[in-house]
Amino acid sequence: MRTLTKLDSDSSRARRELHDYIQGASPLARHTVDSNGQCHAGASSFHESAEKHVTGKAAYVDDIKTPTDALHVALGLSPVAHGVLTKLELDKVKKAPGVIDVITFHDVPGHTDIGPVFPGDPLFVDQEISYAGQCIFAVAATSLQAARRAVTLAKLHIDEQPASLDPVAAAERKEVVRPTHVQQRGDWQEVLRTAEQIIEGELFIGGQEHFYLEGQACIVLPTEDEGVMVYTSNQHPSETQKLVAEVLGIPFHAVTVEVRRMGGGFGGKETQASPWACIAALIARRTGRATRLRLPRSEDMRATGKRHPFHNRYQLAIDTKGVIQGGDITVIGDCGYSPDLSDAIVDRAMFHADNAYSLGSARVTGHRAKTHTASNTAFRGFGGPQGMMIIEAAMDDIARQIGEDPLTVRKRNFYRDGRDVTHYGQRVDQRQLLHTLVETLESDSDYWARRKAIIQYNANSPIIKKGLALTPVKFGISFTAKHLNQAGALLHVYTDGSIMINHGGTEMGQGLHTKVCQVVARELGLDLNSVRISATRTDKIPNTSPTAASSGADLNGMAARDAARKLRERLFDFAAKHFAQGLDREGMRLEGGMLIAGIGESEQRISWGELVQTAYLNRISLSEKGFYATPLIHYDRSIGQGRPFYYYAFGAAIAEVSVDTLSGEYQVDQVDILHDVGDSLNPAIDIGQVEGGFIQGMGWLTSEELRWNDNGVLISDGPATYKIPTFGDLPPIFNVALLEGHPNSMASLYRSKAVGEPPFMLGICVWSALRDALASLTNYQTSPHLDTPATPERVMLAANALREKAL
Amino acid sequence: MATIEFLLNGTPKQCNVTPDTSILTLLRDLLGTTGTKEGCASGDCGACTVAINNSSDPQGGFLSVNACITPAHQLHGQHLVTVEGLATEGKLHPAQQAMIECHGSQCGFCTPGIVMSLFTLHTTQQQRSAPLTPARLEAALGGNLCRCTGYRPIRDAALSMQNIQWQPPQWFNATLTNCAPLATASLAIPESTASDAPLFAQPTTLVELTNMRSRYPNARLVAGATDLWLESTQRLTALNQLIDVSRVIEMGQIESASFQEQPGWWVGSGVTYSQLEPLFDSHFPAFAHLLHRLGSQQVRNRGTIGGNIANASPIGDTPPVLLALDAWLELASDTGVRQIPLSAFFIDYKKTDLANDEVISRIFIPQLSDTVSLRVWKLSKRREDDISAVLGAFCYRLENGVMRDVRIAFGGMAATPKRAYGTEAALEGISPSRASFQAAQQALADEFSPMSDVRGSQHYRQQVALNLLERLYLTLSVPNQEVMLHAYAH
Repeated sequence: MRTLTKLDSDSSRARRELHDYIQGASPLARHTVDSNGQCHAGASSFHESAEKHVTGKAAYVDDIKTPTDALHVALGLSPVAHGVLTKLELDKVKKAPGVIDVITFHDVPGHTDIGPVFPGDPLFVDQEISYAGQCIFAVAATSLQAARRAVTLAKLHIDEQPASLDPVAAAERKEVVRPTHVQQRGDWQEVLRTAEQIIEGELFIGGQEHFYLEGQACIVLPTEDEGVMVYTSNQHPSETQKLVAEVLGIPFHAVTVEVRRMGGGFGGKETQASPWACIAALIARRTGRATRLRLPRSEDMRATGKRHPFHNRYQLAIDTKGVIQGGDITVIGDCGYSPDLSDAIVDRAMFHADNAYSLGSARVTGHRAKTHTASNTAFRGFGGPQGMMIIEAAMDDIARQIGEDPLTVRKRNFYRDGRDVTHYGQRVDQRQLLHTLVETLESDSDYWARRKAIIQYNANSPIIKKGLALTPVKFGISFTAKHLNQAGALLHVYTDGSIMINHGGTEMGQGLHTKVCQVVARELGLDLNSVRISATRTDKIPNTSPTAASSGADLNGMAARDAARKLRERLFDFAAKHFAQGLDREGMRLEGGMLIAGIGESEQRISWGELVQTAYLNRISLSEKGFYATPLIHYDRSIGQGRPFYYYAFGAAIAEVSVDTLSGEYQVDQVDILHDVGDSLNPAIDIGQVEGGFIQGMGWLTSEELRWNDNGVLISDGPATYKIPTFGDLPPIFNVALLEGHPNSMASLYRSKAVGEPPFMLGICVWSALRDALASLTNYQTSPHLDTPATPERVMLAANALREKAL
Repeated sequence: MATIEFLLNGTPKQCNVTPDTSILTLLRDLLGTTGTKEGCASGDCGACTVAINNSSDPQGGFLSVNACITPAHQLHGQHLVTVEGLATEGKLHPAQQAMIECHGSQCGFCTPGIVMSLFTLHTTQQQRSAPLTPARLEAALGGNLCRCTGYRPIRDAALSMQNIQWQPPQWFNATLTNCAPLATASLAIPESTASDAPLFAQPTTLVELTNMRSRYPNARLVAGATDLWLESTQRLTALNQLIDVSRVIEMGQIESASFQEQPGWWVGSGVTYSQLEPLFDSHFPAFAHLLHRLGSQQVRNRGTIGGNIANASPIGDTPPVLLALDAWLELASDTGVRQIPLSAFFIDYKKTDLANDEVISRIFIPQLSDTVSLRVWKLSKRREDDISAVLGAFCYRLENGVMRDVRIAFGGMAATPKRAYGTEAALEGISPSRASFQAAQQALADEFSPMSDVRGSQHYRQQVALNLLERLYLTLSVPNQEVMLHAYAH
């Protein structure tokens, strides 16, 4: 087990050690991971841009310099959630100081709908207004301030209509953005009919603002033909290329999209980065001037979609041991006004309504409710977290009902031999791994001793209550849209031996470029410094998939490896024939900057530089492209069965919390995590993903509350009102480890596993621990209702309700 | 436009800027230095954190501030340090080196701001080394949001940078020579020009200030700008005429004094939260604890007590406490000064007793006698850097088991920060009992009808305010029982 901030779990000792640790007496946790030396895949290399990050030299889109006559764009957004735009008066806007161009729906020469998968997303409002924050017009001016001030001069005539804001009611009225989908396996109705016990519950799960620190931004330069060059903060450059071309009515090859890096994406720049590029491209083409567009924070938050809020219900048949026999789960995703990616997102919620537990004979139904809010979109986990929440709620509820510890109930329900097929028909491979992982975590973190101590503490503390919970994660890896599971790479070796690798993935902080460089360095036996990635560009790698679904390294790393291996084989072939000494083709290898042939006394070495130069002079191509497509996966949506995932990633986390049941305030005292990444490509980066994902997941379920007013206008539209975790929310004791010795059972990249999304759901243990603390108010007889986010308000009201019930 | 002179990373700069230009706009748009990032333009995320030398304490190193909401004019005569300046001759600052070694950056967008907060922590440590307790780390870094890392590697960086040797480079101690302070006249427009011409006045005495105030009735007063500047960045209000109170000598002082036969302190209204810390730490620990949760370090370095009062927000953090302490205000104008109790200052939502030509010059805070208790309980969604949903301040003394001189005030429960006179009456002269507190709860329920907003529902506010009285009752009746979490207790 690779351990970072491992502290003794005995709380008094742990606190003392933490004190020492904070004072700097004991060695720093991170130093237990070797950050130096090795740079190949598997080593903890620093982020490729780390030095540029800390010196301010890393350039983000808005840092790119443009000609002095560049234009700045501001957007006119709808102030109402639903209505008809009857008249748009823009005369004053056009005459405002500095304004150069003003565009509306009618100025779009090509496609006006930029829906990514299904139609439904107009670039500008024509007549129908579908949410507050929807774009009605755009103003280009000589400064951003001039453009923003001009926007306020517009006169909008809107026939306002009542907004539909309740997704449950919408689903009942069949107001959906896509048809309902059902997955079922076995005779679930019969199981419910003959059940020993039936347990049911429901839960509201709030949405989440991405809050990437860098807001949506792009710069578009007109090119000398009819095209544009687009610099954008964007997880899906190929889609933006397509949409910009379609909006302008020009061929795709006239549009080049470049992404060097994003200041955070998290799914929020998968589809939601394109509209701004399309608008800026229109203006750039109309004016012939460089055009800059970035959304001020509040506009970003109002205009773009978020994680889907969900309303979920379950009805489960259990035996006396609390083991699920079967049942019926319904998830209702609040999709906002248009489909966007909601079909796949609600699907993924359904795919994860079992989390790590066999549902037996079960039906899972997913509705895609339409409401008058921004079109909700991809966000780390992509519906999976919301799906898991209902079954984790059920686990706690079952435990209270049968009077057992929730961990016992969870373990009894894990997939195991004989109960190893999901409700969508995929057999769970590596099912023993989760048992091993949870048992390790349980014992390393002293779960049962702490449980005992907490029960004792709570018995003597009427106001402050402690809670403890362990929740697992089983997350399916692959895009559920099969065609997206492909990737390309382009490898160039220059005559000085330096290497440029490009691939279709984008860098948003997750360390993808670092990992891909490590892959190439490993395949070619070179130092990491010899390998560089410039930027992701649609003219280097075409037709790419979004950097999403945790797939970045899995897909692009494999494509890069493919390119590197092909090039290596070509060089071997060349070397075997060319060099006078007659190198042995078999067993030839690249190591430490040398081509090595033969072994022992017959070993011969040629430096990488010499090899490359000789190959060049002999007219051997030093460029290669690579490609990868994930094997085995399939899913038949007509019957809701298949194998949508290449493999599963696992993990588990334990949270200990203290709750002030008078005020609803709480603190997370300790968190212990053990997470499965197969054989890690870069432990430091992977641990960064695990820790960051956990805190982000915790924020989703605790302090991050999206609030709309009664008219459907988002009122939590900035960091003053929308509270993501901050420094003090980091648990004082935070033990994070990667499970070692369990390589991926599938032939993934060096047997590693995807790590972007799965740790996000580890945060669920905090919510479960809060419920555990609250349950102590009724001596664990009642399972508290606790919708999310579990703000102090919700926790206090839940505590009040439990106290009243107990009286 | 006036010319300001300042040092940027040790290099003298002269710039012409309009009154409403922020430091961030100056850096990014006018000087083309883009290492400092904009994350929110509202002072809530810290991505734009820069360091300014501490004018009140020349040996005190640098203060972190949010460049997005700090007026560029206030740089005049100051030393501004940005992320671009830290590495000298290719050698990284320990904050930068530690961030790399601890894998403290992922997307990197918040990183320049975090590096600058670490830089100010590092310089403070160099000058006055003290244990880096969790509370200190929180204070130093609580105003820097990071969405990627989860903060653990940043905590490691903060701890490990102290072990990296650092020789202050030359720029660190650079001073601005021949930089005359911007006299009031030099920044003020001549009287003959139009009354709406751009103005950024920096009076240095109270007389100059009140004089400017009456000459420019439409000008806005600015101190820390932590709220005012949002009118510019968020609401696009033109801030064309500004009178800066931050250099008025009388308003920056804290004096021990007696007022109406009570010992206490006259605190200048331009005193920042950071400058209040030593006084509060020694004499009002509950208030000091609240300060740690008020805004972020960047905001506390800029925001002033006078600004918090004059702003008259119903959810300002200091007014309920000052009400419970029975603080008084001194209001100054060209025609003289007057003193009023703070309880008479707040009239209605954002409406106060301050006349157009008046400024709040000082605040009198009475000393707590040994027998008096002050409890300050702030409730918010997030513990750090969040605005109150409800804030309750309770001041009382126990005389032979009987509550005396009870003063209770709430924020977030009405259109203004407000005394709970009915609740006070219910508790005055009684010995704490279940029944007396139930009566007090009833009185509280009767005298407040809070509203629902983004920070909390009406129902929650009503309920939780009652629960705070319950907490007070438990504090008094079972003093050994834990009624507060460690993270919130003081």
